[in-house]
Amino acid sequence: MSAILPERDRAAEARAQELEARLAELSREIAGLRRRGEKEQLDVGRLIGDLEARADELRRELLDLRPAWQAVALARHPQRPKAQEIVAALIEEFTELHGDRLFRDDPALLAGVGWFDGRPVVAIAPRKGRDTRENLAFNFGMPYPEGYRKALRAMKLAEKFGYPVLSVVDTPAAYPGDAAEERGQAEAIARNILEMTRLRTPIAVVITGEGGSGGALAVAVGDAVLMLEHAIYTVIPPEGCAAILWRDAGRSREAAAALRLTASDLVALGVVDEIIPEPPGGAHLDPAAAIAAVGEVLRRHLRAAAGVPVETLLQRRYAKYRAMGYHEERA
Amino acid sequence: MLNWLRRPKYGAVERRDIPPGVWAKCPKCGATVYHRDLVRNLKVCPTCGFHHRLTAEERLAVTVDEGTFEEHDAGVVSGDPLRFEGYADKLREAREKTGAADAVITGLGAVEGSRVALAALDFAFMGGSMGSVVGEKIARIAERAVEHRLPLVVFSASGGARMQEGALSLMQLAKTSAAIARLHEARLPYLSVMCDPTTGGVTASFAFQGDVILAEPGAMIGFAGRRVIEQTIRRKLPDHFQTAEFCLEHGLIDMVVPRPAMRATLGRLLRFFGAPRLPAREAVAAPAGEAPADGGA
Ligand SMILES: [Zn+2]
Repeated sequence: MSAILPERDRAAEARAQELEARLAELSREIAGLRRRGEKEQLDVGRLIGDLEARADELRRELLDLRPAWQAVALARHPQRPKAQEIVAALIEEFTELHGDRLFRDDPALLAGVGWFDGRPVVAIAPRKGRDTRENLAFNFGMPYPEGYRKALRAMKLAEKFGYPVLSVVDTPAAYPGDAAEERGQAEAIARNILEMTRLRTPIAVVITGEGGSGGALAVAVGDAVLMLEHAIYTVIPPEGCAAILWRDAGRSREAAAALRLTASDLVALGVVDEIIPEPPGGAHLDPAAAIAAVGEVLRRHLRAAAGVPVETLLQRRYAKYRAMGYHEERA
Repeated sequence: MLNWLRRPKYGAVERRDIPPGVWAKCPKCGATVYHRDLVRNLKVCPTCGFHHRLTAEERLAVTVDEGTFEEHDAGVVSGDPLRFEGYADKLREAREKTGAADAVITGLGAVEGSRVALAALDFAFMGGSMGSVVGEKIARIAERAVEHRLPLVVFSASGGARMQEGALSLMQLAKTSAAIARLHEARLPYLSVMCDPTTGGVTASFAFQGDVILAEPGAMIGFAGRRVIEQTIRRKLPDHFQTAEFCLEHGLIDMVVPRPAMRATLGRLLRFFGAPRLPAREAVAAPAGEAPADGGA
């Protein structure tokens, strides 16, 4: 069973709020200077430059005070390596498979087969786009039920041949649309989660960006659940949490901290098995190095799982998920 | 009077008596009815058929054969693993308000003479949200069903995962699903009953994993919240969207069963699936609240 986490550093949040107030002041000062400069034909360029440099400094300090919010920003960074790039880089002779055989092919979820570390594997991955056009095509990485059903079809294929499943997860959520509901979004997720708890082949999961609640878990039950250093994994986006709890989406930063959604929090909670370090400053600054690091850790876990009898694997997987959570017992 | 509410043997708390002469107003049709008569009618509006929500205790009282329920794991209670601001206070308030320890009651009992493992979620307790306790108790009752070779019946009523437990609450989807998977592998029947409302993480796990899925009329059932969907698609949704009837029409559930017929329907299904029977002398009367002979229903 999970342990109770230590108290959060609330003084840091208080300092952060102070910094925010000073930042707001600075931006008012800059705007005021700009207006005066225009009105009185003064050269205020250098003054403004100094103030902006000061504001940048404060912003950096602010980010350091809020590691959870920084992780949220990095996890959602538009240049973060995309799941399809990771799959393409790590899996040789990748062949994409399409469709759930029931309704349609959901481009928001990539599925296919290929070779990894000299072994055949099946890969599944919700995918975001690299630009607006791709993002529209991939529905911003939010699968419909048919996406999850395609993933399950691919996993069943893996099970049939005893190939490991490799799941690369970066999704804000399951798509919250009316058509998705009509076609059984909840049922699709529930089915995947159940089937993954008993799939008779190794499953390795790596959360590379956003692990968005049930929409992520639907492809993220596994023997090894790994996470990039600045990825996040959460039951609800911090914005939604703040809106519901405090009726104030402006308190998202606080909610991010409260939700304990960083990789190190999740390892402490027993939800994630291992953190994959990112290049300094984040994966987007050196995608090739980040992808190589993912490959290395996956290779180690899949090699370790390769010799394990499937019954042992399933017992361990059951015991792992059965122990998740924290409760107390009264007489 | 109020017999079926007071009688439960398992409950930690007795319901406060509601004095006769108190009126209840139907939120759907606006009709007023004596609270006592509403209770006698299983809290279904006599005018329009609106199903008022039941607490877990009430649900078991109207479902389980009298005197057969034995609660399990009543001592499993929530901690505050994330030290999430306000959670400890919310838990305390919910316990005081409802008298319940958390959002689910589980145990063994009989329905129409069929022995079953049972769980009833309680929307009155923090919106029936699933944290570690709900997950743990559902997993344990599913395991107990396997151990005793009993069918499982779960009444869901939940707004979803309990966000104050962060990713641990999300993991309860996996934990409960793993236990339900074992129940299926043991070839035991699982009947899932969705009551108003059943949404979010509970639908994305055990509620949609039943061999047969039943729902109460008008129950709201869905994964995403209505407001979130409307914001996403920038359209208003029709009134019947995400109702039990809507889900039936879209092939997501097997049947919509009015509360007065629920017990008999479950009893019929349990017999069909070969549930073990209580010895005849123990096969006792229906819950006293159900359609008494003097015509209270
Ligand atoms: Zn009415």
